[in-house]
Amino acid sequence: MAEILDPILITALALNFVALGVSRVKGAVNAVALQGILLGTLPLLVHPEIHPRGIVLVVVTIALKGYVLPWFLLHAMREANIRHEVNPVVGYKSSLFLGAVGTGLAIVYSSTLPLASEHAGMLFVPASLATVWTGFLLLTTRREAIMQVLGYLVLENGLFVFGVLLLEAMPFLVEAGVLLDLFTAVFVMGIIIHQIGREFSSISTEHLSELKE
Amino acid sequence: MHKDVNMVYRNIRISGSDPRSISATVVGVAVTVVLCLGALAPVARVLGGARPASVRLAWDSFHGEFHVGLDPLSAVFLLPILVVSPLAAVYGGCYLYSFRGRKSLVAAWLPFNLFVAGMIMVVIARTAIVFMTAWEIMSLSTFFLVAFEDENAEPRRAGWIYLVASHLGAAFLFAMFMLIGGRAGGLDFDDFARLPARGPVWSGVIFGLALVGFGAKAGLVPLHAWLPEAHPAAPSHVSALMSGVMIKLGLYGLLRVVGFLGRPAPWWGPTLATLGLLSALFAVALALHQRDAKRVLAYSSIENMGLIALALGLGLWAMAKGAPEPAVMAISAGLLHVWNHAIMKSLMFLAAGCVLHGTGERNIEKLGGLMKRMPWTGGAMMAGAVAIAALPPMNGFTSKWMIYMSLLKWGLSTDGGGLPALLGAGLLALVGGLVAITFVRLAGIVLLGSPRTTDAANAHESSWWMLAPMMILLGLCLGAAVAPGALAGLFSGAVAQITAGDRTTAARVILPPLGTLGATNALVIAMLAAAMGGMAALTRVATTGPTWGCGYAAPSSRIQYTGGSFAATVALKLLPRVLRPRISQIAPRGLFPARALFHSDSPDPLTTRVYEPFFQRMGDRFSRLRVLQQGQVNVYLGYIVVVLLVTLAWAAFRGGWGRS
Amino acid sequence: MEAIAQGVVHVFLALALPPLLLGVIARTKAFVAGRVGPPLLQPYYDLIRLFHKGSVISETTTWVFRLGPLVGMTTAVLASLLIPLGGPTAPVSFAGDLILLVYLLGLGRFFTALAALDTGSPFQGMGAAREVAFACLAEPAFFLGLVVLAKLTGSLALAGMLGASLGAHWATDSASLVLILLSWFIVLLVENSRIPFDDPNTHLELTMIHEVMVLDHSGPALGMIQYSAAIKLFVSSALVARVAFSAGLGSGWTAWSVLVIGILVIAVLIGVVESVMARLRLSHVPTLLVAACLLSAFGVILLAR
Repeated sequence: MAEILDPILITALALNFVALGVSRVKGAVNAVALQGILLGTLPLLVHPEIHPRGIVLVVVTIALKGYVLPWFLLHAMREANIRHEVNPVVGYKSSLFLGAVGTGLAIVYSSTLPLASEHAGMLFVPASLATVWTGFLLLTTRREAIMQVLGYLVLENGLFVFGVLLLEAMPFLVEAGVLLDLFTAVFVMGIIIHQIGREFSSISTEHLSELKE
Repeated sequence: MHKDVNMVYRNIRISGSDPRSISATVVGVAVTVVLCLGALAPVARVLGGARPASVRLAWDSFHGEFHVGLDPLSAVFLLPILVVSPLAAVYGGCYLYSFRGRKSLVAAWLPFNLFVAGMIMVVIARTAIVFMTAWEIMSLSTFFLVAFEDENAEPRRAGWIYLVASHLGAAFLFAMFMLIGGRAGGLDFDDFARLPARGPVWSGVIFGLALVGFGAKAGLVPLHAWLPEAHPAAPSHVSALMSGVMIKLGLYGLLRVVGFLGRPAPWWGPTLATLGLLSALFAVALALHQRDAKRVLAYSSIENMGLIALALGLGLWAMAKGAPEPAVMAISAGLLHVWNHAIMKSLMFLAAGCVLHGTGERNIEKLGGLMKRMPWTGGAMMAGAVAIAALPPMNGFTSKWMIYMSLLKWGLSTDGGGLPALLGAGLLALVGGLVAITFVRLAGIVLLGSPRTTDAANAHESSWWMLAPMMILLGLCLGAAVAPGALAGLFSGAVAQITAGDRTTAARVILPPLGTLGATNALVIAMLAAAMGGMAALTRVATTGPTWGCGYAAPSSRIQYTGGSFAATVALKLLPRVLRPRISQIAPRGLFPARALFHSDSPDPLTTRVYEPFFQRMGDRFSRLRVLQQGQVNVYLGYIVVVLLVTLAWAAFRGGWGRS
Repeated sequence: MEAIAQGVVHVFLALALPPLLLGVIARTKAFVAGRVGPPLLQPYYDLIRLFHKGSVISETTTWVFRLGPLVGMTTAVLASLLIPLGGPTAPVSFAGDLILLVYLLGLGRFFTALAALDTGSPFQGMGAAREVAFACLAEPAFFLGLVVLAKLTGSLALAGMLGASLGAHWATDSASLVLILLSWFIVLLVENSRIPFDDPNTHLELTMIHEVMVLDHSGPALGMIQYSAAIKLFVSSALVARVAFSAGLGSGWTAWSVLVIGILVIAVLIGVVESVMARLRLSHVPTLLVAACLLSAFGVILLAR
């Protein structure tokens, strides 16, 4: 099993660095979408004997993480004329460096954790911790609302990886993760609506003030 | 400039928003009405003696299941929720509709329905998780309702105080449930009920936490500070529901938790009873001289909650001493008053809402003469005032009579309450006298005489959508007055459950006296009717003329006695200094007085003397932490990262994984 | 048979005797002052005259104004049916009727005060404010007195509390009984607007309590108010008399005559008090009422300590 799982997790880790390093918002969105799709398949691979409810869960997760949310974000960018360039507080190189340090620490740290024997050798926990860390980095070092939503999504992906381990013990946790995704969706929609509203009102005030003067 | 344009912009949108207001109103009212009427049937069955029912659903979250149940105790407290909520909703539909365009009605109806649903859930919850969730839904949704008119400063302040008070109370409840849960090994109420042997100290701590947490919701003094702020600020149908129904759930919670603790300790009952009596005295002393009609009603609610607490305290006291009959009597008195106060206080708040609706005024000094202009509202308010002043032949009297009787019986029984209970009855009579003054003043100043302002003179009667719920409540009050036995019969199951007795014994203790009392009320009503008939025959010639002005040539409506002067004899002479109204005046002096001024204000002494200074000082002390408030999301997220890293580092450093 | 006869006598006395007390008081005052005074039956003539008159009703008022005297009279009549006179019980009697008695009087006061406010006159409002303020202190004093009786006899029905067993307690618990008698006499004077608390015959509205409250009532309504005031006086005197003369009450019809004589003695006593005392300053009234409350409370404390 590890032979399929580890490459997926490695790819997900790599996508973290893409999200940290790209300068175009669109690139980051795509990276996070891909990460979402990859991670969404994990429950099926970890628990092949999964029941129908699990399959629904997987489908909903992939749809939300991979398609719906990225579409929302890109749509928001188009509608609200958001800049396409990322304008970070901490530069790309520093972000990458911090991400690398965090990932390294995560791997070291997870080896100190008292994990169940069947999980001990796998990359699950380090990948989870590293992704959470990346999410936090994106959240704290990026100014744009869209990038912060992405950061939030990455953070959530990290939690999801951890949740997959617990799918059998606490399916509720994973379902709550899906709920978090939904929450993000609403969050993004809020941003879109807010932005659009602001745009329109500013346009209309400009027009009206022109009339007056 | 920008602001003006926005206003124009908003006004344009207003005219188009009517269909939305209509649909919000219709949906909002319909949901509550359907929900409540639908739930009445099972409640009625359980009250009638059917077996308690419960529903468990697998819920793989937080240890345990989703567990709700309906037993007699729940049913007794559900009854007012299910009866008053739909009436308040119908009334509110009309009341709130005048806000259309100015406010989003969805913002009023969504929390209203959540509020009703939350109350229902609180009463049927059978696990601590469901209970606290519903409790929070109830508190938070009412916060939005209290702050509904958030363009004014007063509702914002009231909402804020309410929010803080509810959460301080909830904190005690969380602590309590965690303590019980830790001992019981689960958060299901069934686990709680099977608690193993417990020490008196532990039980005492639980009771204390419950008393504070639930007492804050019930508005027991000194935890009442939120109540006189929140109830007047909320829209009137919400005040009716909060005052009539919600605050009682505090006492429900207390009864429920006491039920887990086995036989009550000897000090619980006297403590609760004393707290109740003091609350009643304190609140009625303040109700007496409030100028805001809804604040009068809010303080009167505290007073009535005090009376219920007094009755329940007596019940616990008698249970602790192993005296079943006085316990049954006292607990029935409390439960009966829960119902009676629910309907009569809702009636009063709805009537006050009609006055507000018809005049735009809550200050009683600016009202007057409304009985002629709003006859139906006036009549309902008058009858409600009689009921709430606990005078025969209305329903308030029946339950107050029961409370007196339990006090006296407990005072007279050989190893009972003795002197404190007997003197308590005297204090209760004092409360009764003060309540009578309060409501003579409220009804008299608002409804009678001649109008003191043009607003009052131009008052208009409300529509039947608002009057009909009041008339139904009035009918319920009369019904409860002449047939208290029927009600007590329905409540006997709950009484038996609380006192750990059986239903028939409970019924045998309480039904005979209540039957007599109902008959007496009917007798009083009949005699009044007969006297009215006789009077009509006697009054042969009646001419009309102006009121005799005692020789004053040009009386005006402004020389009428005001609410302030009506209360002055008691408020300024008899009350303890801290409870008196605050007066600032410049008295006219000399032959040609230059300027005179009189201002009186009736703030809550506990709020102004204790809570406000305390929170002010706390606020000053914590203001240094403002540095942390940077106004940038990134910085806040940075805090989270730091905390997370520190936690992880600490865990790794201690190396404590897996020790448990 | 005997019980029915006693019931009939009770109702008759309760309805017919009260105005006579007013006559007795007036005659006593006249006697002390060395005058002849009005005929004993003058209050009856007054009532008959009032009931034959027409009435003037203020334009400001509503139905509440007309309801006031009615409620006042109804509650007074009901109250008179609640207290035992000469018989072992009263026409209406049940455990807990003591509370009904207090609250019935409260109901009457509630509507009399509302009727006063209904006129919109400042003077009547003033009277109403004073009446309810003093009543809220008189009520606990009265009620605690009832509690003393309940504690002594172990009964919660007025018939039992004022019944035959009370007389024996004069030997053992006379201190409490004296205390509540004092307290009740103060309450009696306040509640029935007698000197030194209120002067029914004064002419300055500013100083009145009860009389100013009913200024606007006329004709039959005024008649009802005066009649109910007389019944209230009768009821309070009967209560005081039942307690004061419980030791020598006897049984059967002697009890009735003892009680009627007792009530008349109390009326004379009121007349004497009215003759020898001046009116108190209004601000001193609450002080005396608080004293009455304390007297009753000490009565309870002595018994239940």
